[in-house]
Amino acid sequence: MQYQSQSVAKLYFIAAIGLFLAQILFGLIMGLQYVMGDFLFPEIPFNVARMVHTNTLIVWLLMGFMGASYYLVPEESQRELYSPKLAVLMFWTFLIAAALTVVGYLAVPYATLAQITGNDLLPTMGREFLEQPTITKIGIVIVALAFLFNIGMTVLSGRKTVVTIVLLTGLLGLAVFFLFSFYNPDNLVKDKYYWWWVVHLWVEGVWELILASILAFVLIKTTGIDREVVEKWLYIIIAMTLITGIIGTGHHFYWIGTPEYWQWWGSIFSALEPIPFFMLTLFAFNVINKRKREHPNKAAVLWAMGTAVMAFLGAGVWGFLHTLAPVNYYTHGTQITAAHGHMAFYGAYVMVVLTIISYAVPLMRGQEAKSNAKQVMEMWSFWLMTISIVFITLFLTGAGILQVYLQRYSDAPQAFMMVQEKISLFYWMREFTGLVFLVGAILFVLSFLPDKKAQRA
Amino acid sequence: MQEIFTKSMARNIYYGGSTFFILLFLALTLDTHQAWPARDNHQNLTEQVAAGKRLWERNNCIGCHTLLGEGAYFAPELGNVYKRFGGSKDALKAFIRSRPVEGVPGRRSMPQFNFTDAELDEVVEFLKYTSEINTNNWPPNIQG
Repeated sequence: MQYQSQSVAKLYFIAAIGLFLAQILFGLIMGLQYVMGDFLFPEIPFNVARMVHTNTLIVWLLMGFMGASYYLVPEESQRELYSPKLAVLMFWTFLIAAALTVVGYLAVPYATLAQITGNDLLPTMGREFLEQPTITKIGIVIVALAFLFNIGMTVLSGRKTVVTIVLLTGLLGLAVFFLFSFYNPDNLVKDKYYWWWVVHLWVEGVWELILASILAFVLIKTTGIDREVVEKWLYIIIAMTLITGIIGTGHHFYWIGTPEYWQWWGSIFSALEPIPFFMLTLFAFNVINKRKREHPNKAAVLWAMGTAVMAFLGAGVWGFLHTLAPVNYYTHGTQITAAHGHMAFYGAYVMVVLTIISYAVPLMRGQEAKSNAKQVMEMWSFWLMTISIVFITLFLTGAGILQVYLQRYSDAPQAFMMVQEKISLFYWMREFTGLVFLVGAILFVLSFLPDKKAQRA
Repeated sequence: MQEIFTKSMARNIYYGGSTFFILLFLALTLDTHQAWPARDNHQNLTEQVAAGKRLWERNNCIGCHTLLGEGAYFAPELGNVYKRFGGSKDALKAFIRSRPVEGVPGRRSMPQFNFTDAELDEVVEFLKYTSEINTNNWPPNIQG
């Protein structure tokens, strides 16, 4: 670590991992509710568990992005952070807002939460992933603006690199598109249309810029490869991301009251969306193969490679699987969507945050890498989590194919609940695999506990 | 990548390409706005329907159900539930009203929300309005 202020990232990383564990726990609760419908009912109904599961995911990834930015921007800009104090203040603001929101979800019925947070004044709640009370959303905007200001001032007054410019663009896009979460018209079609401007343009747009720049930073550092090479890749990857991904939004506009032509625009452009992910894979393998140094942090390099592969599989391949309109007509809103969602989020965003944590945390402790034993443990966590998510995705895909056939494709379509019972074996297998995933996540945490041997030495 | 392809070319593709496609996306959005009046069933978007949408939101129905295929996949699709219930508002209301407070042993069950009659009317009107949106014939059949 070259700059003192980089250490502020540590707070963000710790909170991110804490929320990650909470996310997994609630995922396991939901997974069990899929097969034991009355589990924790009516205390924690499925919709509450799901809000916690998805909202903690979003918050911890944002924490991870912020931590990553605070870590890499000073080093890239070759100066201290504009204001470390603001970064700490915003951390606690964000964490407390997130914690209060989760407590609100769990402690009172959602309708009560809506009432006490004044949702009637500006109704934004009750939409998937945007369930947060309006006041929390305002808090997120404030935190995001303060964060952008802090990062922006650092970037603009320091050495400007392609990595930081792309990162800043991604973060700016993240903040701008979140503003659409405040637009909630009575007209359901318009509501849905602009809801995707947050959701799709985040995860299949600007977040990919953040992902690519974090990965580029770690690869520059661990491989010692020429910056010029990495920057060229970075530009072309994010160019393809936006060229395919913006019109690719159309794959959400097939069946929600929008014109038919979106089936063409959406199918064609989203079929191209795997390209930037494939280029990301090529990029990572290329620079690692041509590396000019052997970085002692092998675990971090493994995470970086894993991100490149799994992002392509989850976002690219599993996305393509159901993105063409004639296919999506049958798969829309089934377990196929859930399968894609799990591997795409893990492969792209979970893994890139774990990559930067894996790379940066030892450095923040003054060592280039952890002890060999701890690295081996971390690699175990890599494989356990990654293989688990592959199997979770395969089981959900199996469930989805059967669901599509029984409920939508066969000559005698059956009712939703009847089909759910018939495919419950897949849900059991998914739940079991989820437990293995949890073991992997716990190992990840354990591998970062202070190394007694190293301390003694 | 070959040396013929330079960094500044890559940068130009990024800036040029993304600007072009943002503009195209805005143009398509404008056209979509013009196409909506014929498709979005806004003529039936009454005060009651709007109130039903608010009720739908403040009870987080999307946390279990899908609506036009979007939401959670734990409970049935509701975009066409009005039609699935044979267009019977009474049947829909009776279903919502009859959910057991403590759930059903071993099975998934919708919570008991204790809606008033007026609220039930609102949510049912919202579901009726939703079922009349032109969704390009989605879902494939009545099971949703």
